[in-house]
Amino acid sequence: MMRVNALALRIIQQFLRDRRTLALLLLAPLLILTLMKLVFDGQAVTITMGTAQLPSELSARLDDAGADVRAYDDLESALEDLRKGKLEAVITRQENNQPALTLEGSDPSKSKAVLLLIQNALRGNVSTEALPAVTYLHGSSDMASFDSFGPVLIGFFSFFFVFLLAGVSFLRERTSGTLERLLATPIRRQEIVTGYLVGFGLFALLQATLIAWFSVKVLGLYMTGSIGYMLLINLLLSLTALTLGTLLSSFASSEFQIIQFIPIVIVPQAFFSGLFNLDAMNPWLQKLSIVMPLYYGADAMRGIMIRAEGWADIQQDAYVLLGFSAVFALLNVLALRKHRKL
Amino acid sequence: MSVLQSETVSAEPAVVISGVTRSFGQQRIIDDVSLTIPRGELFGLLGPSGSGKTTLVKLMTGIDKADKGSVSMLGVPLPKLEMLHRFGYMAQSDALYMELSGRQNMMFFGKLYGLNRQSLRQRIDETAALVDLSEHLHKPVTAFSGGMKRRLSLAIALLHQPEVLVLDEPTVGIDPVLRKSVWKELKILAKNGTTVIVTTHVMDEAEKCDRLGLIRDGHLIAVDSPASIIASTGCGSIEEAFIALSQQQRFGGQHDES
Ligand SMILES: Nc1ncnc2c1ncn2[C@@H]1O[C@H](COP(=O)(O)OP(=O)(O)OP(=O)(O)O)[C@@H](O)[C@H]1O
Ligand SMILES: [Mg+2]
Repeated sequence: MMRVNALALRIIQQFLRDRRTLALLLLAPLLILTLMKLVFDGQAVTITMGTAQLPSELSARLDDAGADVRAYDDLESALEDLRKGKLEAVITRQENNQPALTLEGSDPSKSKAVLLLIQNALRGNVSTEALPAVTYLHGSSDMASFDSFGPVLIGFFSFFFVFLLAGVSFLRERTSGTLERLLATPIRRQEIVTGYLVGFGLFALLQATLIAWFSVKVLGLYMTGSIGYMLLINLLLSLTALTLGTLLSSFASSEFQIIQFIPIVIVPQAFFSGLFNLDAMNPWLQKLSIVMPLYYGADAMRGIMIRAEGWADIQQDAYVLLGFSAVFALLNVLALRKHRKL
Repeated sequence: MSVLQSETVSAEPAVVISGVTRSFGQQRIIDDVSLTIPRGELFGLLGPSGSGKTTLVKLMTGIDKADKGSVSMLGVPLPKLEMLHRFGYMAQSDALYMELSGRQNMMFFGKLYGLNRQSLRQRIDETAALVDLSEHLHKPVTAFSGGMKRRLSLAIALLHQPEVLVLDEPTVGIDPVLRKSVWKELKILAKNGTTVIVTTHVMDEAEKCDRLGLIRDGHLIAVDSPASIIASTGCGSIEEAFIALSQQQRFGGQHDES
């Protein structure tokens, strides 16, 4: 135990001397989350739409629906502005009196917004009583898309930065010769792995707390569940990242090779973690997510933050993450056998 | 404390190596070496660069494992975890934590050897004074010169007062005055019962050892006191004796412990 403490203390001391790395671990996730929030949660986009020979009644409805409507005298000059990128869509009336819509079309999300807007404008015909009353089981009408994938991002950043730092620092231990020196002392292999877990775990906890506090209190991310559970899942995710990072660093011989693990180990996890909807994917491929720690972390984080899930709902995810950490740590103890059999 | 222990079981030699072979890939780096080092000896391992000195001392301590042959330290067959308590090791390349201060490095390694707070503090003061680093302990190791790092590594190896001290080129980059005092200290340690095993390629250091092992291409070509080695070859110095012996080995095929 004394040796584990000594190792953990050493890692903490190293961190405190290396302000830049500490800043990367603690502040970089906050910066990226803020940027994400700004990108995905900015003002509602106004749609600029050109009209040509459109009945004024329809123009007025489009205007009511929120479009910035510009009337043109002839279709050709409207289409010219569409080509120049000044307009998102041009709406006109055909000979048979049917309206015709031309979309700019290079950004599907904008195209969808235009179509939705026109639908809303035309629905004005329907009386309001016919519309259903809407209630939300989870979330609310003003929940933005950032609120939905924010929990996943929080998990992702905890995972990513801890993975990188733990991997690099364990690698350094090997390349600088200190690991060999360490193994010439009576420290046991499992004490090395545990020491790393304790030392880094402390900073992982700090990071998890900071991210959770920042995203809920400062960024105002949608959050209905318990912040304690959120911290717990974040910490478990960091532990998985920590054990995986140190394990994989045994198979790297330079910092650059650690970076090479990012596209292999980190990026696929991001795809399977729920940032993107997987329903369109081949069901067989979807199954791959069961080996991805981030999938469980993201699932639990989403459940806690959006659906206010309690221990009963998240415990399975928590145990799986704990299991991943235990397996990775054990493999790491075995991997150290390469350097010393005892 | 270690000195007292060694007196009670002094029958066992410090290090016994028999028929040890170690290869890296196809290359035999240590080839069927046998060697016995009694307790309390100041033993020098002398040989040119790449001859296998570092590899041999790693095998002696159980840090590395032989492909063939056996190694035992203080009567215990290696590798064994408990034995890691009983020797001090100074690697050829300084394995220090650069961001940490000298004292933090010493505290860390001292705790790994299980020294308690009080004796640790005392030992840090003693060993730091010995290598003349007392005023620099608060500095981060990044601010150390090459020789200062060497001295810090040496101090760390001495911290837990081991029965066997294995030093891989301890005086590289240390100035002549300090080098002299380090050797004086090694002599005192040996006299008090600590077995000191030193690798070197400096001839005048070699002459200060009780016994010398001359190593070349992974073979021990002679093991004897410096005076006897010089006498047996009829040469004027260790340097010449080494050259004469390596020629003999090359043409006569005579090797290992004589
Ligand atoms: N881990 C290793 N893998 C492959 N070859 C190695 C390894 N360690 C040592 N060698 C080889 O073994 C030989 C002896 O190396 P060693 O470090 O023991 O020499 P040395 O006598 O200590 O040299 P120096 O005086 O330069 O320190 C060298 O040829 C070296 O290339
Ligand atoms: Mg060497």
